Amino acid sequence: MATMPILPNMPVLDLVKSFKLKTKQQELLIRVSILCLVYVLAFITRLFSVLRYESMIHEFDPYFNYRTTLYLTQNGFYDFWNWFDYESWYPLGRIVGGTLYPGLMVTAALIYRILHFLRFAVHIREVCVLTAPFFASNTTLVAYFFGKEIWDTGAGLVAAILIAICPGYISRSVAGSYDNEGVAIFALLFTFYLFVKAVNTGSLAWSLASAFGYFYMVSAWGGYVFIINLIPLYVLVLLITGRYSMRLYVAYNCMYVLGMLLAMQIRFVGFQHVQSGEHMAAMGVFFLLQVFYFLDWVKHMLSDTKLFQAFLRITVTCAVAVGAIALGLGMLSGYISPWTGRFYSLLDPTYAKDHIPIIASVSEHQPTAWSSFMFDFHILLFLFPAGLYFCFKRLSDATIFIVMYGLTSMYFAGVMVRLILVATPAVCLVSAIAVSATVKNLTVLLRSKNKGVQTGSTKGSSSSKASSKALLDQSQPFQKNGAIALLFGAFYLLSKYATHCTWVTSEAYSSPSIVLAARGAHGSRVIFDDYREAYFWLRQNTPPDAKVMSWWDYGYQITAMGNRTVIVDNNTWNNTHIATVGRAMSSYEDEAIEIMRSLDVDYVLVVFGGVTGYSSDDINKFLWMVRIGGGVFPVIKEPDYLVNGEYRVDKGAAPKMLNCLMYKLCYYRFGEMLTEYGKPPGYDRARGVEIGNKDIKLEHLEEAFTTSNWIVRIYKVKPPNNRW
Amino acid sequence: MQWPVLMVQARLSWRLLLTVPDPDPVHNYLITLTTYKKRFTRESQTVEICPRMESSRFYFFLFALAIFASPALSDLLLSKVDRRIYLTSHIVRISSTLKVENAGPETVSEVLLAFPEQQAKNMAYLMATPHEGKGKVKNPVVALPVEVVNPKDMPPALTFFSVSLPKGLAEGGSFTFDVLAVFTHALRPIPEQITQADIQLVLFQDSAYYLSPYAVKAQSLTVKLPDSRIESYTKLESTKIHGSEIKYGPYENLPAFSYSPIAVHFESNQPFAVAQELVREIEISHWGNVQVTEHYKLVHGGAQSKGEFSRLDFQARPNVRGASAFRYLVANLPPRAHSVYYRDEIGNISTSHLRGDSKKTELLIEPRYPMFGGWRTAFTIGYGLPLQDFLYESEGKRFLNITYSSPMVELVIDTLIVKVVLPEGSSDISVAAPFHVEQWQETKISHLDIDGRPVIVLKKTNVVPEHNQYFQVYYRFNKLSMLREPLMLISGFFFFFVACIVYMHADISISKSSASYLAKQQWEEVQAVIQQVQNIVSRCLAIHDKLEASLRDLYRTGDIQACKAARKAADGVLKELSKELKPLLTTLQSSPSAAQILPKVEELVAKERELQEKVMVKHSTVVDGYEKKSGARDIENRVALQQQKLTALRQEVDDLLELIDEI
Repeated sequence: MATMPILPNMPVLDLVKSFKLKTKQQELLIRVSILCLVYVLAFITRLFSVLRYESMIHEFDPYFNYRTTLYLTQNGFYDFWNWFDYESWYPLGRIVGGTLYPGLMVTAALIYRILHFLRFAVHIREVCVLTAPFFASNTTLVAYFFGKEIWDTGAGLVAAILIAICPGYISRSVAGSYDNEGVAIFALLFTFYLFVKAVNTGSLAWSLASAFGYFYMVSAWGGYVFIINLIPLYVLVLLITGRYSMRLYVAYNCMYVLGMLLAMQIRFVGFQHVQSGEHMAAMGVFFLLQVFYFLDWVKHMLSDTKLFQAFLRITVTCAVAVGAIALGLGMLSGYISPWTGRFYSLLDPTYAKDHIPIIASVSEHQPTAWSSFMFDFHILLFLFPAGLYFCFKRLSDATIFIVMYGLTSMYFAGVMVRLILVATPAVCLVSAIAVSATVKNLTVLLRSKNKGVQTGSTKGSSSSKASSKALLDQSQPFQKNGAIALLFGAFYLLSKYATHCTWVTSEAYSSPSIVLAARGAHGSRVIFDDYREAYFWLRQNTPPDAKVMSWWDYGYQITAMGNRTVIVDNNTWNNTHIATVGRAMSSYEDEAIEIMRSLDVDYVLVVFGGVTGYSSDDINKFLWMVRIGGGVFPVIKEPDYLVNGEYRVDKGAAPKMLNCLMYKLCYYRFGEMLTEYGKPPGYDRARGVEIGNKDIKLEHLEEAFTTSNWIVRIYKVKPPNNRW
Repeated sequence: MQWPVLMVQARLSWRLLLTVPDPDPVHNYLITLTTYKKRFTRESQTVEICPRMESSRFYFFLFALAIFASPALSDLLLSKVDRRIYLTSHIVRISSTLKVENAGPETVSEVLLAFPEQQAKNMAYLMATPHEGKGKVKNPVVALPVEVVNPKDMPPALTFFSVSLPKGLAEGGSFTFDVLAVFTHALRPIPEQITQADIQLVLFQDSAYYLSPYAVKAQSLTVKLPDSRIESYTKLESTKIHGSEIKYGPYENLPAFSYSPIAVHFESNQPFAVAQELVREIEISHWGNVQVTEHYKLVHGGAQSKGEFSRLDFQARPNVRGASAFRYLVANLPPRAHSVYYRDEIGNISTSHLRGDSKKTELLIEPRYPMFGGWRTAFTIGYGLPLQDFLYESEGKRFLNITYSSPMVELVIDTLIVKVVLPEGSSDISVAAPFHVEQWQETKISHLDIDGRPVIVLKKTNVVPEHNQYFQVYYRFNKLSMLREPLMLISGFFFFFVACIVYMHADISISKSSASYLAKQQWEEVQAVIQQVQNIVSRCLAIHDKLEASLRDLYRTGDIQACKAARKAADGVLKELSKELKPLLTTLQSSPSAAQILPKVEELVAKERELQEKVMVKHSTVVDGYEKKSGARDIENRVALQQQKLTALRQEVDDLLELIDEI
C-alpha cells in the first residue's frame, strides 16, 4: 500500500530530471543572471543621491555640460559646434564648440533623441542625470569581458562586481554627476579591452573597433592622453621583452593611424596628435614598429647572422638618429609644442605648486592621501599586489597590459586625487584576478578532497585509490580546514568591501554639493538650499544682461542656474582674467571698483560660511585668489595678507586683509550678528573666531541679496555718483 | 521729481472738473500730496509720469463735459444704493445693493450700470444677483445676465453694463439686486518706490456718490480697509471713521451722473501677489488620475523696493524691516490631492508644507526668497487628483468638470492659460465655460503617443479668485484605446525578444568558405554528436537504475517473473542503444576536430559498457539466488563486492560525463 503513492511520482521525477539543465547551461544561466544583477546593481547603487535629494545635476562642471547639452538639444548640432558663448568670460567670450570635448553632450543628446523616437517624452535633465549610472553599468559589462580576456570568466565576473560598487569609480558616476569622466571611464576601459583583444587575436576588425573606441574617448575626455601614451609604452615593453608578433603589428598600426585620423576630427584636439609633445611617444613607437617589421623582413631574407647584426646596428643607429633629429627640429621650429603644464604636473607632483597656482588650487589636483586610497579602494588595495603576483605567474600579452595599466595609473593616482578614477578599473581587474584565482584554487582543493572523503567512506580503506588519496591528505594535514577558513576569510573580506562601498556611496559621494544637508538639533535633517536661492534670485531679479563677478568656482553655476553673464568660470583657460578677478577681490574697495568698472561688473557674488560653519567658502579660498592674482600682478603680495605666515581673520589679522574687498563683502554687517549662543556678535563659525573688523562700510557697493543662511551674498555695484 | 508732476496733474483736473460740487476732496488730496512731498522728497527719486494717473484725471473732465448733453435715459430711478468697497486685499471688491424703481409708464426690463472707463479697464469680474434678505439663502442664487452695451447719447468715457431683470418692471414696481464688481491693479502704491524699512502705502480712488445714469434717492458708501492705519482720506461733509472703516453718506436725492472723487491713502501690507502668466495643464489619464501642473510667473505688484536688501534686518525684525514683502502663498487644493510637488527650473524647492483633511488639501509654499516689491519668481506646482472626482459620463460622452482658475488664495492672474490634455484618441470635443474665454486646440506628444493627445487651450486675461468656477470639457473616448499603450509596450518587448532569438539562430557570417568558419561548423557538428552520445549514456544509466529498482521490488515482493520481464525489456533497449551509439562513434572518429575529445568519449563508452556488464551480472546473481531460494544474507554477501565495483564505476562514468560537459 505504501508503494502506491510513490509509483506515480516516478514520471514526475523523470520530467524534472529532463528539465534539469546541463552543467554548461547552468553555468551560462548563472553567469548571465549574475551579469544582469551586477548591471542593475551598478545602476541603482548610484541612485542614492536621487533618493536623498532629487534628480538634479551636481557640483560645478556638470552644470556647464548640462547647459551645453540643453543648447545642443534645442539648437541642433551645427549651432552647438559653432556656438560662441557671450555669457562667460566677459568681455572675451568663449568659443564653446572648439573648447570642449563634445562626447558627453552628444551621447546624452543621442540618448534623448532615441528615447523621444521611441515615444518616451522624458526631460533632457533626467537623461543627463542618469547618463553616468547608465555608463557605469556598461562599464561593468566591459570589465567582465576584459577580465575574461586577460584571465577567465570567473575573473571577469568578479571584476564586474568589484567595479560596479568601487567607491573610486562611484565618486564620479553617481546620478547627477554629469561629467566627462562618467562616459570617459567606460570609453577608456572599452578601448583598452578592444586593443587587448586585437593584440590577442591579431584581427583587423578588433583593432578597427579599438580605434573607434579611442575616437569616442578622445571626444569625451582629455584623459585620452593616458591611452595614447600607455598603449605605445605597452607596445614598447612587448618589443623589449621579445614578444613582438604580427598580431601586435596589425593591432597597433591600425589603431594608431585610424585613431589619430579620427581624433583630429574633434576640434578641441585638432592636430595635436602630430604637433604636441605629449603625443610624440605614440608616433615614435609607430615608426619603431615599422623598423622592427623591416628588420624582421631583412632577417628573413638574409641567412647570414653576422651580416644581419651589422645591418641591425646601422639601421637602429640611423633610425634613432633620424627620430632624434626630427624631434629636435620640430621642437626648435615650434612645430611640435612642448609639454603642457598639466602634463608636467602629472609627471612631477611638485611642478604645479611652484609654477601654476591655478592648477594647484583645485582640490582634486592635490596629491592623494593614504586615507583616500583606503577610502576609495578598501580591500582592493591589498588585493592589487596579490593580483599582480598572479599576473606575473601567468605572463601573457594581456596580463602584461593590465600590469602596466595598473602600475602607471597607480602612480598617477598618487599624484592627483582625481586620477584615482583612472586607476580604479585596473585595480578592480587585477584584484579580480587575485580573488578569482584564490577562490578557484581553494574550491578545487575542497572539491577533490570531498570526493576523496566520500569514496574513502564508501570503499573503506582497502581500495588502493583511497589509500593514495589518504597519503595525499597526510602530506598536507590541515588542507581542508585551511581552505575552508581561507574561503570564509575571503567571503568576509568581500562582504566588508560591499558594506564599505555602500556606506561610502551613501554617505560621502551622493551629495550634490549644491544643496547642503546637516543634522538639526533634534536629529532632523536641515537643508541649506542657499546656492539655488541666490542663483534663482539672480535669474529673476537682475537685468538680463547683468555681469556677475565671482571667484571662478561658481562661474558655471551662475551661467547655468542664474542665466547671467560671468567674468570667469571653471574653464580656466585665461589665467590673466582670473588673476584680474583675484586682484579685485584682494584690493581695497576703491581700487577694486576701478577694476570692476573696467570689467562692466554689475553684481559681485561671494560665498560665505561664517553663519553656518560651511568651510569651503571664499574666505578659505582667499589665499589662492591672492596667489593667482599676485602671479600676474605683482602689486598683490601674499605676505601682506598674512601675519607671521599665518592666515587669520580675527583682530590679529593683517590690516590689508581686514580691508580688502573680499573681507568686506563677506563680513559686511556680520559684526552685528549673533551666530552662536554664548559667543560675541560677529563670531565666525567656520573659522571659530570673532572677526577683526566689525564696522564695515561699503562705498561703491550695496548689499543686493543675501540668502537665508548667508551662504551666498550678492552685492550691487552702485552707479558712479553724479559729478555735480 | 515725481511729486510736482502729480500736483500739476491734480490742479489741472481740478480746474476742469466743473461739475464737482465740492472742491474739498481735491483740496484734501493736494494736502495729502504735499505731506508726501515733505516725507519723501528727502531721497532723490527718479522722475516718472504715471500714464494711468494722467488718463484717469482727464477722463473725469471729459465725461463731466458730456453730462450736459445727455438726457435722462429712462424713467428708472434708484431709490436706495448701499455700496461697500473692500480694500482688505490687493483685489478691490465693490459690492453694491441697488433698489430700482420704475417711475415711468413703460415697462422696463433692463437696468444700466455705469463704470468709468478706468475702472472698467481694471474690472475683472462683474456679477449681479437678485437681492435676498438675510437668512434667505435656501434656493441657490441665479446670476442675472449682464452684458456690455453702448447706449446712444451717453458720455463716451463711461462703460455701460446692462443687467436684465428677471421680469419687466411695471410702473411703480421695484426690484432689489446686488452687484459685485472685482477690480485688479486698482490700488496704486504711493510712493512707488520704498526701501526695506518703509511701509507700503497705497491709494484708492473712487467717487463718494454712486455713478449712475439714473437719479439716486438715497445712498451710502462704506470703505473697508485692512488696517486702521490710514495715511489720509478725502473728508466730505458726512464722513465718519470707525477703526478700519470709513463711511460716506448717507446722501439723498442726487441727480444722474453725480460724481465726487474721493481718495483713500492707507497702509496695506497684504501680499500683492500677481501672476503675470499662469499656465495650468490638466492632463486626464483614464487609468485613474487627473494630473494638474501649474506654471506660475509671479511678481510682487506693490511698491518697488529700492536700495539695500539687508538679510540681517529682515531676519531680526521681519515685520518691520520687510513688512511689505510676502514670504509665502497658500493654495487650497481639492481634497485627496496626492503627489504634490513644488519646483522651479533649477530644481525642487524644499520650503513647502502640505496639510490635508477630507474637505481640502492646504498647500503652503514659500518662494525661494522673500518677495519684495517688484521682485519676481517663477515656479511650478503639480498634483494628482483622483479621476472619479472630476470625470463623469452623460449621454455616451465623458466630461471633465473641474475649476478653471488657480487654487492660490487672493492671487491676481494677468494671463491665464488652461490646457486640458485629453487622452489620445478622444474626439468630438466641446467646452462649456461659465464666462468668455478665448479657445483653440493643440496637440501634445507625451509618453508612447503616436499622433499626440488633443489639447484644449482656454485663455483669459485678468483673472481673480471669483473666476474659480467649474467648467466642463466634453469628449468621446473609446475604452479600448486605453489598452493601446500597454499593447505597444508588450509588442515592443516581444519584437525585441524575437529579434534576439533570430540573431541567436541565424547564421550571419559573411564568408561561408573561410577556414575558421568551416572549423567552427565542424566543431558544432562534433558537439551535437557528443551531445547525442551523452544522451545515450545517460539513458543507459537510467535503465541501470530501473534494473536496480526491479531488484528492490524483488526483495520486497519476491516476484521473480516481474523482475525477469524487466530484465528482458532492459536488454532489448540497451541493445538498441548500443546500435545507435556505433554510427555516432564512427563519425567522431572520422572528424578531425574531435581528435581532442575522442579519447575521453571512448573511455566513457568503455566504462559504461563495463558498468552495464557488471549490472547484468549482479542482476542475474540476485535473480539466481532468489530462484535457488538462498537466504537474503547469502545473496547480499555475494553481491557486496560487485556492488562496490559498481559504485566506483558509476562514479567514474559520472565524472567523465561532467568532464565532457565542461569541454
